[in-house]
Amino acid sequence: MKTRFMTILALLALAHSYAGGFRVALQGQRALAMGHTGVAVVNTSEVAFFNPAGMSFLEEKLSVSFGMSAIFSNIAFQNEAFGYSVRSESSVGTPFNLYGTYKINEKLSLGIAVYTPYGSQVQYPDNWAGSHLVNDIELSAIFFQPTISYKITDKISVGGGPIYVSGNVNFSRNLDRSTTNTEGERIGVTIDQSGIGAWGYTAGLMFKPTDKLTMGINYRSEINVEARDGNADFRNIPENLQNQFADGTFDADLPLPAELSVGASYQVNGKWLVAFDYNRVFWNAYEALDVQFSNGLESINPRNYKDSSTYRFGFQYNASETFTLRGGYYFDESPVQDGYFAPETPRNNSNNFTAGLSVQISNRFAIDASFLYIHFNEIDASYDYYFENGQAAPFGGTYKNNAFIPGLGITYSL
Amino acid sequence: MKKILYIAVAMAAFSSCEPEFNNPVDEVGFYDQGQVDLSTYVALGNSLTSGYADGALYIDAQENSYPNILASKFAFAGGGNFTQPLMNDNIGGLLFNGQAIAGTRLVLSYDASGNPFPTNIAGSPTTEVTNTLEGPFNNMGVPGAKSYHLVAPGYGNAAGIGSTANPYFVRMASDAESTVLADAAAQSPTFFSLWIGNNDVLTYAISGGTGEDRTGNLDPTSYNSNDITDPNVFAAVTSQVVNTMTSAGAKGVLINIPDVTKVPFFTTVPNNALVLDAGQAAQLTLFFQAVAGITTQGLINQGVPAAQAQQIAAQYAINFTEGANRWIIDVPATQTNPLGFRQMTEEERVLLTIDRSALQTQGYGSVAITPDVLQVLGKLQQGAQITEAEANLVIGAVNGIDDKDALDSSEINAIDTARSAYNSTLAGLAQQNDLILLDFEALFDRIAESGYQFNGGQVTTEFGSGGAFSLDGIHLTPRGYAIVAHEMIQAINEQYEANLPGVNPADYPTVFVQ
Repeated sequence: MKTRFMTILALLALAHSYAGGFRVALQGQRALAMGHTGVAVVNTSEVAFFNPAGMSFLEEKLSVSFGMSAIFSNIAFQNEAFGYSVRSESSVGTPFNLYGTYKINEKLSLGIAVYTPYGSQVQYPDNWAGSHLVNDIELSAIFFQPTISYKITDKISVGGGPIYVSGNVNFSRNLDRSTTNTEGERIGVTIDQSGIGAWGYTAGLMFKPTDKLTMGINYRSEINVEARDGNADFRNIPENLQNQFADGTFDADLPLPAELSVGASYQVNGKWLVAFDYNRVFWNAYEALDVQFSNGLESINPRNYKDSSTYRFGFQYNASETFTLRGGYYFDESPVQDGYFAPETPRNNSNNFTAGLSVQISNRFAIDASFLYIHFNEIDASYDYYFENGQAAPFGGTYKNNAFIPGLGITYSL
Repeated sequence: MKKILYIAVAMAAFSSCEPEFNNPVDEVGFYDQGQVDLSTYVALGNSLTSGYADGALYIDAQENSYPNILASKFAFAGGGNFTQPLMNDNIGGLLFNGQAIAGTRLVLSYDASGNPFPTNIAGSPTTEVTNTLEGPFNNMGVPGAKSYHLVAPGYGNAAGIGSTANPYFVRMASDAESTVLADAAAQSPTFFSLWIGNNDVLTYAISGGTGEDRTGNLDPTSYNSNDITDPNVFAAVTSQVVNTMTSAGAKGVLINIPDVTKVPFFTTVPNNALVLDAGQAAQLTLFFQAVAGITTQGLINQGVPAAQAQQIAAQYAINFTEGANRWIIDVPATQTNPLGFRQMTEEERVLLTIDRSALQTQGYGSVAITPDVLQVLGKLQQGAQITEAEANLVIGAVNGIDDKDALDSSEINAIDTARSAYNSTLAGLAQQNDLILLDFEALFDRIAESGYQFNGGQVTTEFGSGGAFSLDGIHLTPRGYAIVAHEMIQAINEQYEANLPGVNPADYPTVFVQ
């Protein structure tokens, strides 16, 4: 048994695949502190995101929670052959979530969920060695989800709702590896569009076979964010090339992949709760980040992601009436395939450690704190699908990333 | 106590926030200078060393000079500060007492029909030669310098500008009577590079061979600027330079001289760009048959036996065919070639600076046919007698390419002979002094033949678009200089057992579009 376990560990270490994509799993301070488990945890209104079916199992008449995280992420890149050495500029992303659930009656609950499950914010120094791939990128998407949950029996409930997404994209890169205008400024382009609307849905089922065991399944659909007629601004273009690189608009599609979660939680006793989640993110949908410009140019950027899994574990310990402690761990598998390691989301497999606590400051209010540390192993990787004058020009080296993400929230219950 | 522990844990979490590589490339000890000391690097040379490109010296080009690129890589393994006599602006050109004595750099512009052409960038030079700079400078590359200039006192004396001095050295010389070599040696370099000798043949080549081959003349003060330097003078100067630079144990690189006739300046205008349709070819052939006939008659009139006269004149009965034909070139008149012209041979070159519209519209390089000439040709076809004046009219219509616009085979030979001698000298010096010989001659032959491949790209010697040569057709682009630097690093890594990072040519620009 031990041998087999070691073999699995060794295989995991060898697996040459990467994790994360631009999924930002920070959808609730309590759940996050427990390794972002939640598809089978009935705790607060956070369940509106993790599994809407769970809303009707909430005991409170009204539950509202708001939370926010600060992402301090760092990317270091180096290349031994040419002595490149660069660190991304420290950027601070602030995803948030707001949930409210209301019990109409014993069987029916309504809720609203606003959250930001996808995003990316990376800024490299201007004109760094990989600036022909990305100089800086900012993706964000706010999900608005009215939710309904219905308890079919005391043991089974269902829930779901439509999702409206408002997406923003801002992406800047240089047009090639060295061309400048006569002033020595590199030629580049920035594309920008905000408020791109798109629709999707979520649906879940929760089953409580016993008082202690809860099982859940949730599916969130793929949502294709289609940027149309966004703003494309070309910079430092020589006068004689203005026709070729005219400012104008751009079209691009960015799929936010579907996600399936299954999980279980077990109330060991009055103090201890443990939870396991498995997420499958259908990244296969993300084939390319192709941009069509109104001036006739197109930028072809294959991504060719593969579906990826995340394995989550968390626990909760009710230390006292006032304090609840939480901890967790998850392994996040990268959807990036060999040769597609683009510096805009340079994520390999990661080990993630979480912790947190809630302080019940009054009958109705609790403060929820969480902390996530993401550890990536150093990795040699490259992006091999950049072409210049018809010739492939791979860009790669060694990447080492990490992120630490403190979060704070407040929960109100009635 | 517990509190301190919490704080320590929190601190650890924060500090681990900066990801650290197991072996960071920017940490001392990752790279290695091997058996050389790179702490003080001095580069000696001419325009190629200064970073000169697009017909000018300007700041961006200097930043991309191969010595500066090298120094940036040396910095990973003990390399020190590297200074350059930076120009005052990014447009190039020089002022001497307020008068422009060198023009701005060339950029690529496009005519109304979208054809690219090089043109001087707008603006007036602001680099005043008499504003001398505070040295010393690690980059001692002086545009225009020939071998013997490195040891010529007064080469930096403003009073000699226009004759014995060089404005670029005037800007940077430590003293009016100092020499390039003295200023270089005064920095006590631990490592040096020397790339000199190009101009010792190049100015002759660029003049179309109008200068003199001074082989046998050991007094360079008697040379004119377009002359070929005597190989013994070259050997004496380079030996002196190498001895001086190595006297304190410095190591270094000697770069040899490539075949200058393969640069775009000599390869862009083809020697067979006389493109004719069938009718034009027949007419030109007929014309030169007439020239041969007239010459035969003329020689016989001068008393040359008929058979000999016909033999001599036969060379002028040049046959033209539909399609591409080689140009007619003027050569010195001799007894065997009394008219002093012939068709170009395959290896001969036409210069980039030739008047191309004259080639296309005025019969330059073939025949300036006028109605009068046509009339005489008509008479000859009918078998009529022509007058001496009419005969001279025909001969005079031959419009060969001038000496200044082409390199003929004897001129190419003179260049090759001198260049081979210089390269033997450099090879010998490298061997005797445990220096690297960077065989740029072979590298450049290879690039001219099949290009130079690098990660996701290649450069060729094609003018304007090949990427290796800047818009003056003689000097390299930043990318071309990056290739030189990369090859030097490979050589240093190999010969001196160093481990220095290479240079990615793709990171450096080529020509600039306006």
